[in-house]
Amino acid sequence: MKTTQSTGYHSEHYYKKLTRQVWILIVLVSLIPLLLVNGFIALKFNTSYKEKTLENIKLIFLKHKIYIENFLNEKISNILLISDIYSFEELKSEDTLKKIFDNLKSNYGNVFVDIGVIDNEGNQISYVGPFKLKGINYKKEKWYNEAKNNIFYISDVFLGFRKLPHFIISVKKTANQKTYLIRATIDFFYFNKIVENIKIGHSGVAYIVNEDGKLQTSENPILESQSNIIKDILQKNDSRQGINYFEKKNELQELNIYLISKLENKNWYLIFQQPKKLAFGDLYFTQKIGIISLVLSTIFIVALSYLITRNLVRHIKKIDKEKEIMNEQIIEAGKLASLGELAAGIAHEINNPVAIMVEEAGWLEDILEESIQDRGKIEEFSRSLRQIKTQGKRCKEITHKLLSFARRIDSRVSKIQINEVINEVISLSARRAKFSNIKIKSILSPGLPEIYASPSELQQVFLNLINNSIDAIDEKKGGLITISTKRAKNQIICEITDTGCGIPKANLSRIFDPFFTTKPVGKGTGLGLSICYGIIKKMGGDIKVESEIGKGTTFTIYLPINKQGGENES
Amino acid sequence: MKVNLLLVDDEKDFVETLSKRLRKKGIENLYAVYSGEECMDFLNQNKNIDVVILDVKMPGMDGIETLREIKIKYPLIEVIMLTGHGTVESAIEGMKLGAFDYLMKPCELEELLDKIEQAKNKKEEHEQKILEAQMKEKTSHLSWD
Repeated sequence: MKTTQSTGYHSEHYYKKLTRQVWILIVLVSLIPLLLVNGFIALKFNTSYKEKTLENIKLIFLKHKIYIENFLNEKISNILLISDIYSFEELKSEDTLKKIFDNLKSNYGNVFVDIGVIDNEGNQISYVGPFKLKGINYKKEKWYNEAKNNIFYISDVFLGFRKLPHFIISVKKTANQKTYLIRATIDFFYFNKIVENIKIGHSGVAYIVNEDGKLQTSENPILESQSNIIKDILQKNDSRQGINYFEKKNELQELNIYLISKLENKNWYLIFQQPKKLAFGDLYFTQKIGIISLVLSTIFIVALSYLITRNLVRHIKKIDKEKEIMNEQIIEAGKLASLGELAAGIAHEINNPVAIMVEEAGWLEDILEESIQDRGKIEEFSRSLRQIKTQGKRCKEITHKLLSFARRIDSRVSKIQINEVINEVISLSARRAKFSNIKIKSILSPGLPEIYASPSELQQVFLNLINNSIDAIDEKKGGLITISTKRAKNQIICEITDTGCGIPKANLSRIFDPFFTTKPVGKGTGLGLSICYGIIKKMGGDIKVESEIGKGTTFTIYLPINKQGGENES
Repeated sequence: MKVNLLLVDDEKDFVETLSKRLRKKGIENLYAVYSGEECMDFLNQNKNIDVVILDVKMPGMDGIETLREIKIKYPLIEVIMLTGHGTVESAIEGMKLGAFDYLMKPCELEELLDKIEQAKNKKEEHEQKILEAQMKEKTSHLSWD
């Protein structure tokens, strides 16, 4: 601890340091758990919420994938069924084919655009549909060459002879050593719609690519620039796992999430993409609120703890100061007490020499009377000896008074006459009062009953009160102290009134507090009135004060008239 | 005054001066000792002492203790206590133990002489009564014979 002033108060620096330390401690103690708990919860919430969201997206994605697969399977099954039911000859007839096509249309709507039969030479020998494609040879078409080798086949999307994007489902059939194909065109826009139906939120896009990364559903300007990303994803994709998840940045540096899965019917890949910040929008919103509230509460804690600490330290400072003052007063009281003891000791020591002096003077007087004849000289000798005696006696009186007050306060209770006690105290204070131009007037009601009390304690009470009154009166102006006693029912009322400076109202309630003093340090202990209060209360009495600034103060003491002696008398 | 007086006080100077003054006032058989122990020794050897003037505050055996001893061994001797200062307690204690009276130091010579005379008279009265009692006993004894 650093101290700068000789008074022993802590320096400003000390309190600043204390404030800082306590403040930092409070902030740390409250922030660390807050951050730990928040961090832990945020982390857990993040992971689980992300997982949940992703799981949800995957589920919808899977549902749609199955739906698309089922759609394609169903179409293949349709054509397969047709190939099984109808013979090559029947299918060759366009009437039959038309009947079948109409049937399909009525059952499935506009899913099938057209239907045709192709012989092993690649000629479309029969055809029903909106285009004039009968008799066209497909031998040079890529899809035909692949379809020829598969029992059933789904083509990539291509323009073909009709110059429109479409794809073909074909079934190979062999009858009478002749191979032929039944082929149907699926409505591209219808299929598109199924795929695009996969919508999660407002920002997700679903599409299908072939193994080369070529888009198999309708063109989308967002997707065109992403062919590289898609190729990359296709490369990394592990088809053995149902759904693969990727996060990639596009050329605009936006992070997208990608879900990819291979369709089971064909080497097509269903891809779903969505900007990450939108996919996890709710999570990011929650995170933002969390961070804001964390920042706000941190600011709040820091500010509040600063206020608390400042007030606390201010309080400590005040208490330190009070303690310091109290310590000084206690030391002062101790000094006075030891001074009192010292005075008693000295008085005692002086008493014996004084006794001897007086005796010696008496002896001289005795022998002078006999031996010296000259009357005038005898007179002179006697006069000065008497003077020695008189002065010795005065010393005696002084030491006796001093001794009777300086000796330890005797709390033994005995029967006393209050007026006697007061007269004794007045005689002791008279000298001091005279020096301060103060008259002490006593109006003592005669014939008061005796009360049981400790005479030395009562002496102390009156002495303290009279001393206070003397202190309150300006030496130059002088003043009057009036002490009166009277009887009222079961009480004796003593009033000590002075014409001094009075006590400010603010101090009136505190004057009986221990160590409360308005006198400069070293002059008063702040104990006098509190001792009086203690003594009077112990006797079962009461002490009250009335004061007016500039006019004076009156202390009123109520003492009980107790026939049997005090209750605490042993 | 015809009295056998013993002064007991540790203040030698005080005792000497007081002795001189008392002698001058006509007390011839005046003795002085300077402690409680010496007092007891002296009383042991001189059985004729009437009044003892005893200081309360003395080193070693103090006045109260000495008074107690005197009253046990020589109950007829009257003791006047001299106290350094007026503590009522020591005075009361002394009176309870059978002191004749007490005086505060320094005291007026006249007052002291007065007290000595009273004490001496009281002692004589006591002795007279004892004598009478003994006489009565003896005469009653005789009458029975």
